[in-house]
Amino acid sequence: MAAGPAARPGGPSPGTARPDTAGLDTAGLDSARQLLADLPPSAAVWCSGLRKRYGRRTAVDGVSFTVGRGEVLGLLGPNGAGKTSVIKMLLGLVRPDAGEVLLLGRPGQDPQARARVGYLPELFRYQPWLTAAEVLALHVRLSGTAVPAAEQRDRLALVGLAERAGDRVGGFSKGMQQRLGLAVALVARPELVVLDEPTSALDPLGRADVRDVVLSLRDSGVAVLLNSHLIGEVERVCDRVVILDKGRVAASGTLAELLGARELRLHLEGVGAAAEQRLAAAGRLTRSGDWFSVALPDDDEAAGVPDLVADLVGHGVRVHAVEPARISLEERLLGILRDGERR
Amino acid sequence: MSARVVLTVAGLTLREAARRKVLRALAGLTVVLLALSAWGFSRISTEFGGLTTGEARFAAATVLNLVMFGFSLIAALGTAFLAGPTLAGEVESGTALAMLARPVRRSAVLVGKWLGLVAFGSGFVVLAGLAQFLVVQVTVGYWPPQPVTGLALLAGQTAVLLTLGLLLATVISPMASGVVAVGLFGATWIAGVVGGIGASLGNEGVARVGTVSRMLLPTDGLWRGAMHAFQDPTLLTQLGPGFEGFPFLGEAPLTATYLAWAALWVVVVLGLAAMAFRRRDL
Repeated sequence: MAAGPAARPGGPSPGTARPDTAGLDTAGLDSARQLLADLPPSAAVWCSGLRKRYGRRTAVDGVSFTVGRGEVLGLLGPNGAGKTSVIKMLLGLVRPDAGEVLLLGRPGQDPQARARVGYLPELFRYQPWLTAAEVLALHVRLSGTAVPAAEQRDRLALVGLAERAGDRVGGFSKGMQQRLGLAVALVARPELVVLDEPTSALDPLGRADVRDVVLSLRDSGVAVLLNSHLIGEVERVCDRVVILDKGRVAASGTLAELLGARELRLHLEGVGAAAEQRLAAAGRLTRSGDWFSVALPDDDEAAGVPDLVADLVGHGVRVHAVEPARISLEERLLGILRDGERR
Repeated sequence: MSARVVLTVAGLTLREAARRKVLRALAGLTVVLLALSAWGFSRISTEFGGLTTGEARFAAATVLNLVMFGFSLIAALGTAFLAGPTLAGEVESGTALAMLARPVRRSAVLVGKWLGLVAFGSGFVVLAGLAQFLVVQVTVGYWPPQPVTGLALLAGQTAVLLTLGLLLATVISPMASGVVAVGLFGATWIAGVVGGIGASLGNEGVARVGTVSRMLLPTDGLWRGAMHAFQDPTLLTQLGPGFEGFPFLGEAPLTATYLAWAALWVVVVLGLAAMAFRRRDL
C-alpha cells in the first residue's frame, strides 16, 4: 500500500504565526489520514446476517462470511442450500430481506461497489447476435474501465477462444459459452471474481484450465469466490471453505481446520518399548493390533516420515506399510451434512 | 443514472434489432404494403376518372389514412413484441445476470432499452411513412398538409405502446406482454371508433367511451391527431356532418394539453416499469 499523505514532510510546527485552530485541524486531518493509511485493505467480500425468503420457504438464513483480498473461498453445500442465492445477494441481483453486504469496502447497494467485480453466473448466456469480441467490449463499456482491445483479446486467448473472437456467440457450444463467460468475468481487471459453478459445462481439460485460471488469479492478488459441486476442485484451489446447509453456514474454516491434522498409518511387527516411544515422540499415537496411527503436527507435513521409518528399522521393527492418511473434504462435508440431518 | 450505460444499452438494442430477423421481416412487409398501396392509388386515379376533385381528395386522404394505420399497426406489433422479449427474455435466459452485475443501475439499463426501441420504432414509422407519401404524390398527386407533425405523432404512438410493453414485460412473460399490449392497443382503437359513433349520434355516454379510453392509453388519441395532420383541411367542411365518426378521418388537431398528458403518461409508465424492474429478484 502507498504511504498516505500523512507521511509528507513539512507539517505545521508549533510556534508559527498560524492560528491555533488551523494547526489543530491539519494535525487532526493528518492523523486521520495516517489512521486510514494504516488500516488493512477492506475485505473483498464482507457479508453479515444475509436472509432471504421466497414465499414461505427460507432460502438463506443468517449467512455471514468474509473473503479476504487475494483469497480463494469455496462455497460448498448440497443442492438448494442457498449458495446461488447468497452469491446473487452479494451482487445486488437479489434483494436480501435482511443483512448487509460490503464489496471491496463499498456498500452492496451502491452499483459502483461492483466496478471491480467479475461474475460468471451459473445460468450463463450471452447475446447470441454478438461476436465473442463484441460481448467482451460490451462488458468493458458497462464496467466503465478502459481496457485496450489487445488486452481483451488476451482474455479470450486465456480461455482458449482466440480463434473464435469474430464468431457469433449463437453458434457456440455450451462449453464454449462458459469459457466466454469466464473471459467476461476476467476482462474488466477485477479485484474480486465470483464464479458460480464455473465448470458445469466443461470437459476435464476445461476444468483443469479453470483451475489454472483461479490459481493465477490468487497469485496476482485477486480474490475469488468459487461455488462448485466438484469437491475435488474446491479442495485443490481454495484457501478456505464455507459449507452451507439449508440456508445456514454449517461449517467454515481453512482446509486444515476443517479436515484436521494429517495422519500416518503404519503396519508394524516387533514393536518394542523404545520403538513405541519413538512413535509417540512423532505425534499422538493410537494402536489397533499391528496397525499404528500417528497424528502428525501441522507444521511437520511429511518431512519427518523418512526419519521415523529409519529410526523404527533401527529399533528392529519390521515395517510392512506406511500410509499417509487424511480425511477427505468429501467425507468431512458428508459428515457435516448428516449431522445437520440428525439435528 | 449514467448516460454511458443508457447509450450503451440503447446502441445494443438497435444492434439487436438490426441483426435479428426482425428488421428483414419488417422491411419485407413494408415493401409489400407500399407496392399494394401504389397499385391501389393508381387504380383510384385511372378507374374513377369521373370523380370530382372533392371526391378524389376524399378517396386519397381516406386510403392514405388506412395505409398509415397499417404502418402504425406494424410498428406497434413489432415494437410491442420486441419490448417484451428484450427485457423479460433476457431475465429468463440469464443474459441479464452478467450485465446487471456490472456497476450499472437497473433503471439506466431499462431507459437504455426504451431509448433504443423508441429510436427503432420511430425510424421505421418515419421511413415507411415518407415512402408512402411519395407513392401517393406520384400516383394521385396528393401531399399531406402536415407530414412532420403526423409522423411525429405516429412515432409517439409507437413510443406509448412500447413503453406499455416494457412495463408489462417486467411483470409477466415476454410473449404474454406482447399479446396484452397489442390487445389493449386494438381495444383502445375500437373504443375510439365506438366513441366517434356515439358523438355523431349525439349520445354522450357512448362518446365518453372513446374519451376515457384515449386517456387511459393515448395510442388512439395520437393516431387520430396523426390522421388529422395527413388529411386535407378542407375535407371535413366539404363533407359535412354526415361523416362524423368515420374511423379513418381525424376530426380535430390534438390539444397541447392532450400532448402533455401523453408525454406524462409515457414518463409515469416508464417510471413504474423501472420501479418494478429494480425490485425484481433475478
